[in-house]
Amino acid sequence: MARITYIQHDGTKHTVEAEPGMTVMEAAVKNSIPGIAAECGGACACATCHVYVDEAWREATGSPAQIEEDMLDFAFDVRSESRLSCQIKVTDALDGLVVRIPEKQI
Amino acid sequence: MAETVIKTDAVIIGAGPVGLFAVFELGLVDIKAHVVDILDRPGGQCTELYPEKPIYDIPGLTIVMGQELTDKLTDQIKPFGAEFHFNQRVETLERLDGGFRVTTDLGTTIEAKIVVIAAGGGSFTPKRPPLPRIEEYEGKSVFYSVRKMENFRGRDVLIVGGGDSALDWTLNLQPVAKSITLVHRRPDFRAAPASVQKMMTLVDSGDISFKLGQVTELHGEGGQLRSVTVKGADGTIFEQPTEIMMPFFGLTMKLGPVADWGIQLHENLVPVDTEKFETSEKGIFAIGDINTYPGKLKLILSGFHEAALMAQQAHKYVYPDKKLIFQYTTSSSSLQKKLGVR
Repeated sequence: MARITYIQHDGTKHTVEAEPGMTVMEAAVKNSIPGIAAECGGACACATCHVYVDEAWREATGSPAQIEEDMLDFAFDVRSESRLSCQIKVTDALDGLVVRIPEKQI
Repeated sequence: MAETVIKTDAVIIGAGPVGLFAVFELGLVDIKAHVVDILDRPGGQCTELYPEKPIYDIPGLTIVMGQELTDKLTDQIKPFGAEFHFNQRVETLERLDGGFRVTTDLGTTIEAKIVVIAAGGGSFTPKRPPLPRIEEYEGKSVFYSVRKMENFRGRDVLIVGGGDSALDWTLNLQPVAKSITLVHRRPDFRAAPASVQKMMTLVDSGDISFKLGQVTELHGEGGQLRSVTVKGADGTIFEQPTEIMMPFFGLTMKLGPVADWGIQLHENLVPVDTEKFETSEKGIFAIGDINTYPGKLKLILSGFHEAALMAQQAHKYVYPDKKLIFQYTTSSSSLQKKLGVR
């Protein structure tokens, strides 16, 4: 099990327990975390599960693959810490992960 | 285009897997269909969102890719000779004596005895970047598509994005516009390498300009854009004067005009019964992801089942005097004749 904390744009925090193997997007949707739209259902085809990975977790979560980087073109206010949460697989090593949800998904 | 009215039995709105299979089920009961879709090819979400992603729950197919399933369905429905009208969206639906008339945004008019809404998550429409007050500029100086190139003649145009649409319009509008500025968040592009190459050549020759960054604000009055604020890749903020902006952030699904057709809706879905999959309006059916009923699952296989049952009722409207006898494709010579296998 890994605990993941999602921080809304307004600062509200939600911490959920996620099973290794699921994605950070799936853990959010399963727990009804607002702000993760995941319109395409996790096919890396929309960019509506955009999150900012907390500084301390950047290395552990790795960097986006080519297809994810391409899809991030469709997100708004993309930063160097931007990821699509459907492309981050939960592992035990990510226990404590903190991601921020952008003001808007498009 | 607008002058000729197509007359047919059924019009299917949406060429996704369920709309395609509806052609098959209607075809088996001698109902001829025309299919309208806003995309430029069949497949709907299967080809638009996950052409190369596997689907594991189509009965009999252990694994199938979105594109592959679309190709197989297109092949399967070939005997029924449905006609497709791509790149257009059905805008209006009127009731006629004994049928309906639908008209698309390209002016195609189809009169049919029944209408099948198989529009999935709705029609694919360009995404609107969440820039403050962007609505005020849309249609005046912010455009998501080019209807007439002439409208861009002699204008300063800013194009945002790095995919095929952004690059294609950069190249196509360059000879027409006064100036073209392409803004993209990174130096890499999703667009076809040949287009990127051409764009680079135009940048090198000074015919267009390319800036790294993301648009954060719009400035202007009365819907007329004067400039935009761009946050550069290195964090620097600059203002870029322009008269027109074209943002290309991909597509999203919106219910669209279906809401205006006088059909009962529930939370952006179309309620139907589970015997005929008919909407609140007689002769208008809704199948696939767009419908709702107790226990509904948004699965392609559920849509296929819905198409089969819909066709039974559709037959009653199209052939009110004929009794439909249930037959199997395996053993019925008349069905096999329709399929062209006999």
